[in-house]
Amino acid sequence: MSPPIRFEMRRRTFLVGTASAVVAANIPWRANAQPTSLAGPERSTFTLVVNGEPRELAVDNRTTLLDALREHLQLTGTKKGCDHGQCGACTVNVNGERINSCLSLAVMHQGDEVTTIEGLGTPQQLDPMQQAFFDHDGFQCGYCTPGQICSAKAVLEEIRDNVPSHVTQDLTARIEATDEEIRERMSGNICRCGAYANILEAIHQAAGEPT
Amino acid sequence: MRAFSYERVSAPAQAASRAAEVPGAKFIAGGTNLLDLMKLEIETPVHLIDVSGTGLDSISDTREGGLRIGALVSNTDLAANERVRREYGVLTRALMAGASGQLRNKATTAGNLLQRTRCPYFYDTAMPCNKRAPGTGCAALGQGAFSRQLGIIGTSDACIATHPSDMAVALRVLDAEVETVTPAGASRTIPLDEFYRLPGDTPEIETALMPGEFITAVKLPPPVGGRQAYYKVRDRASYAFALVSVALVRQSDGSGRVALGGVAPQPWRRAQADAALPDGANAVMSRLLDGASPTEENAFKIQLAERTLAGMLAEG
Amino acid sequence: MDFNQPADQNLFDRATVVGKPHARIDGLLKVTGTAPYAYERHDVVAGQLYGYPVGSAIAKGRIVAIDADAARSAPGVRGVVTTLDIEPLGIWNYNVARLFGGDVVEHYQQAIAVVVAETFEQARAAAALIETTYERDAIDVDLEAGWQRMQGTGEPSTQVGDVDAAFDSAAVTLDQMYHTPSQTHAMMEPHASIVDWSDGGQMTVWTSSQMIEWNRQALATTFGIEPDRIRVESPYIGGGFGGKLWLRADAVLAAIGSRALGAPVRLALPRPFMINNTTHRSATIQRIRLAAGADGKLTAIDHEAASHTLPGGRGENATAQTPYFYAAPNRRVIHHLVEMHLPEASDMRAPGEASGLMALEIAMDEMAEKLEMDPVEFRILNDTQVNPSDPSIPFSERHFVECLREGADRFGWADRNTTPGGRREGMWWIGHGMAGAYRGHLNLKSGARATLSNGRVIIETDMTDIGTGSYTILAQTAAETMGLPMGRVEVRLGNSAWPVSSGSGGQFGAASSTAGVYAACVALREQIAERLGVSDPEFSDGNVVAGDNVTPLSAITEELSAEDSINFGGFQTEDYLMATFGAHFVEVAVHVATGETRVRRMLAVCDSGRILNPITARSQVIGGMVMGTGGALSEELAVDLEHGFFANHDLAGYEVAVHADIPHQEVVFLDTVDGVATPLKAKGVGELGVCGVAAAIANAAYNATGVRVRDYPVTLDRMIDQLPAV
Repeated sequence: MSPPIRFEMRRRTFLVGTASAVVAANIPWRANAQPTSLAGPERSTFTLVVNGEPRELAVDNRTTLLDALREHLQLTGTKKGCDHGQCGACTVNVNGERINSCLSLAVMHQGDEVTTIEGLGTPQQLDPMQQAFFDHDGFQCGYCTPGQICSAKAVLEEIRDNVPSHVTQDLTARIEATDEEIRERMSGNICRCGAYANILEAIHQAAGEPT
Repeated sequence: MRAFSYERVSAPAQAASRAAEVPGAKFIAGGTNLLDLMKLEIETPVHLIDVSGTGLDSISDTREGGLRIGALVSNTDLAANERVRREYGVLTRALMAGASGQLRNKATTAGNLLQRTRCPYFYDTAMPCNKRAPGTGCAALGQGAFSRQLGIIGTSDACIATHPSDMAVALRVLDAEVETVTPAGASRTIPLDEFYRLPGDTPEIETALMPGEFITAVKLPPPVGGRQAYYKVRDRASYAFALVSVALVRQSDGSGRVALGGVAPQPWRRAQADAALPDGANAVMSRLLDGASPTEENAFKIQLAERTLAGMLAEG
Repeated sequence: MDFNQPADQNLFDRATVVGKPHARIDGLLKVTGTAPYAYERHDVVAGQLYGYPVGSAIAKGRIVAIDADAARSAPGVRGVVTTLDIEPLGIWNYNVARLFGGDVVEHYQQAIAVVVAETFEQARAAAALIETTYERDAIDVDLEAGWQRMQGTGEPSTQVGDVDAAFDSAAVTLDQMYHTPSQTHAMMEPHASIVDWSDGGQMTVWTSSQMIEWNRQALATTFGIEPDRIRVESPYIGGGFGGKLWLRADAVLAAIGSRALGAPVRLALPRPFMINNTTHRSATIQRIRLAAGADGKLTAIDHEAASHTLPGGRGENATAQTPYFYAAPNRRVIHHLVEMHLPEASDMRAPGEASGLMALEIAMDEMAEKLEMDPVEFRILNDTQVNPSDPSIPFSERHFVECLREGADRFGWADRNTTPGGRREGMWWIGHGMAGAYRGHLNLKSGARATLSNGRVIIETDMTDIGTGSYTILAQTAAETMGLPMGRVEVRLGNSAWPVSSGSGGQFGAASSTAGVYAACVALREQIAERLGVSDPEFSDGNVVAGDNVTPLSAITEELSAEDSINFGGFQTEDYLMATFGAHFVEVAVHVATGETRVRRMLAVCDSGRILNPITARSQVIGGMVMGTGGALSEELAVDLEHGFFANHDLAGYEVAVHADIPHQEVVFLDTVDGVATPLKAKGVGELGVCGVAAAIANAAYNATGVRVRDYPVTLDRMIDQLPAV
């Protein structure tokens, strides 16, 4: 029998108290007060190259790339699911890499090449990945779909570039687009409708297409 | 999110000096944790210094035979680096166990080190939290609080948050050092085992960095060889924070190093625990987790850590 | 059209479009990001302002004061309306907590203010400046304590025979406790609305709702205005799962903001706010007792359950299936509602059965083991073709036994290891498990308008497509009925200007709304026949055929339009019990060191009437299996007992299944039709898919390890202290 690891339970405390009708002011508990005057302008003007087209924006510094696309450029194909990097619905491609556009400030993308779902294809002329999602019913409600498609295209490129993943067995060998690799790499795109099995089939179809 | 002004800097020393000059300033690079927290006003900078143009995005060999990783190297690029894969495999493994592909493309090496806890009470500004708002109390230690994910060792009565990084656990087991530049322009090197502070009564102070001090690189000593592994235990198979993670470097003679993630406010490693590795998982954990203070909800992490290491050792 | 007796042979029995695989007709829009969801309707009205909600920081009490001065004077802010500024708003039938107005707080993150500003960033920042003073009431949100108080009390909802005597004389009995946690819908599109109520007259609402008419009625009640002053549009919905059945704070706050500022207002619920502000599936505590003879036949079923709710709500009735699923002459069923001030418990995908089967189907597995029977055979032995609580009522159709046999056969059930903990591959124990699935079927009256225009048929109805495939199956129904190819049918959904449908929920949508479209098309056919002066024509290949008289529909230049509803007669519920059935089989691997459980293979067999489109139906079922996997292994809203809220209120803390959690999935639809259900002989399938999945996984984890976990989710901490040493 192994010796036990010594530990002691940490003491817990009552925070709220049990008395009824306690009056409490509730100022949201945030970090220490900060200065209120700013060291510079709170808006910026810059240019993004969106789907190949330069687009000048003059926006609040706080504007995320996601909100710049959806609210200012009215490119609403990119979705806001959580706004906190926890779902992947906002996935776009920036300078050749997929990112969560909700966790990136638009002002930090001066001159960057941004590709959104609108830049991939149209209902009349689908990108092979869009066609594959359509063919395999790789979606239901459709809300995570643009993010899934943008992510899926990048996943195939990452595999071609031999970028390893959590499930890569041999870090020094050439990586193949196996079921396991695709599933792991697509795990940053949540589909609550649960179309994963169909998305996998779609990605395999697209992987077989010439690029 | 509070309004802020914004500037880009092009040199590390400039970043540090501007941070010291402008009250309420913060650095931003990947932004994947900072913006998340700013949206909730857990972080409230009034000025952002965009350091993404400071050129710290390369990985190079050091004269000693180690590796110097620029502060801005993305998690993806670091994990995919040929030398890291070949000689520091535990680092690639840890990086790839964290977050998602999209986040790893943006997240930087320094940002990953400096990411803040994922404690649900830290994240809810209606709740008391000594880390977010010093002196308000620790809601995670309230009666009937939810603490399953939280820390079991190195914690205090003021805070039981964990540091959420996977990367840092691997860096800890690799004896990494953090290289910085101060606002005065001096550079200094902080061993990772001195980089994170334990919460004590001041959980809001998380690192040894001084105000304005800017991380420029992480340095790895020459490769230690051995079999390197990182096992991250989580409820779902991907895109989740660790319940417990184990970074292991094991030499052919059975000696080696062990660090834990998901259990403490810092990547958790103890020399006497490393020394016990030849004696097995229980010997390691009885030293590594000696004196732990879990809650009823997360006491399972003690057994889980031991079993996880035992499984890794059993796999050979 | 009245549906007052079971359907005979009809055109759907020789269908060429209905029941065939057809890609979603809205699919091209969805894969190109051009389907407009609620918050994306920049085009519908000019001058939209941005709203941002503020929620209560306490669970229960009274608001003494709200200081919104700083918010009102913040940059870009056009106005702030707090809950103290207006009288309590009305509460519609199915809403429990008041959505806004007055000083009473009923749950954490109940909306207490809305900020309206020129930009999203300005509104969000100003919302954070609002300071509130509360009078906080003591709370008790401990379901376990409620169960202890109520167990053994109250009147059973079903009581048949003599349960106690049956237990006394039974050869084998089981008596176990099971727990299921609260769950959240976590649909990918947050609740969102744009409301234009600028002039206080007509209110137009672009929203994300499963139920257009309920939404309109709820708005009317909430604001005390006539429903005919309200128009609701929701053509695309980014998932609902029951979370968008009801009017919620997004539309209410946007309406208030619009009225106050005289401009249209757009507002989406921020994700970290959503989980406590909106509804969820309640946790349940369940005690299940089973008694059987030595032959394996159940002699008694006793199911007592509890769930939580705000005062006056419905909770989660985990006993929903227990009166009907298995045979047994003696039965007692009771559900306790424990009132407490957690956020509003309400319906989520397969309300009742989803939680109930998580427990009952473990109990059945345990009982089979006690009886030393195969769990498939045990279920087959206890099948019933009549309502076991009222044997005079037959099931309209029930092919549960075929589901079990077909599933066992296809899955290779016979080859499994039957000794728990007896199969290991490397560092993983491998286990197999199965469970039965049951979900009641109901229909709701459903209407539609069918219009013939230039040889094309346009269908208009307030039916919604929440990812279920409504657009496509309604087009298939119209194409079949009108004898047209799919390309000549257009379907317009989700607008209160169009006839009231069943809406989407309770897995009644597909069956009800296709029947409604059928009724409208039949009415249109009658008009066409009358117009052409022919009687009883055939509609096929784009033509109206009456004897030798063949008229192409495209030759009818006049626009003809007909509206009708399907009215379901009382015979369906008076003479029959309608339900859907299934069987789930899974293979899991449990890590020998960590106890992590991963699903390796899943199979479902479904008996749910005619499958209207095997592509979209399969997607519904695999989606249910994914949600069931999350429910089995990771989903749990963690209650803070002291503060009275769900602490893990975002998508990082509440772990739904990700892609890496989901293995190969196989779905088999039995070729069954149910003439009692609708003229198309169809029943729902979207909720059946989630029923029983979690129990199959839990049973497989037991088979893998020998550790029986009766509390969900089946996480490693619930078994690790019982696993053998590494």
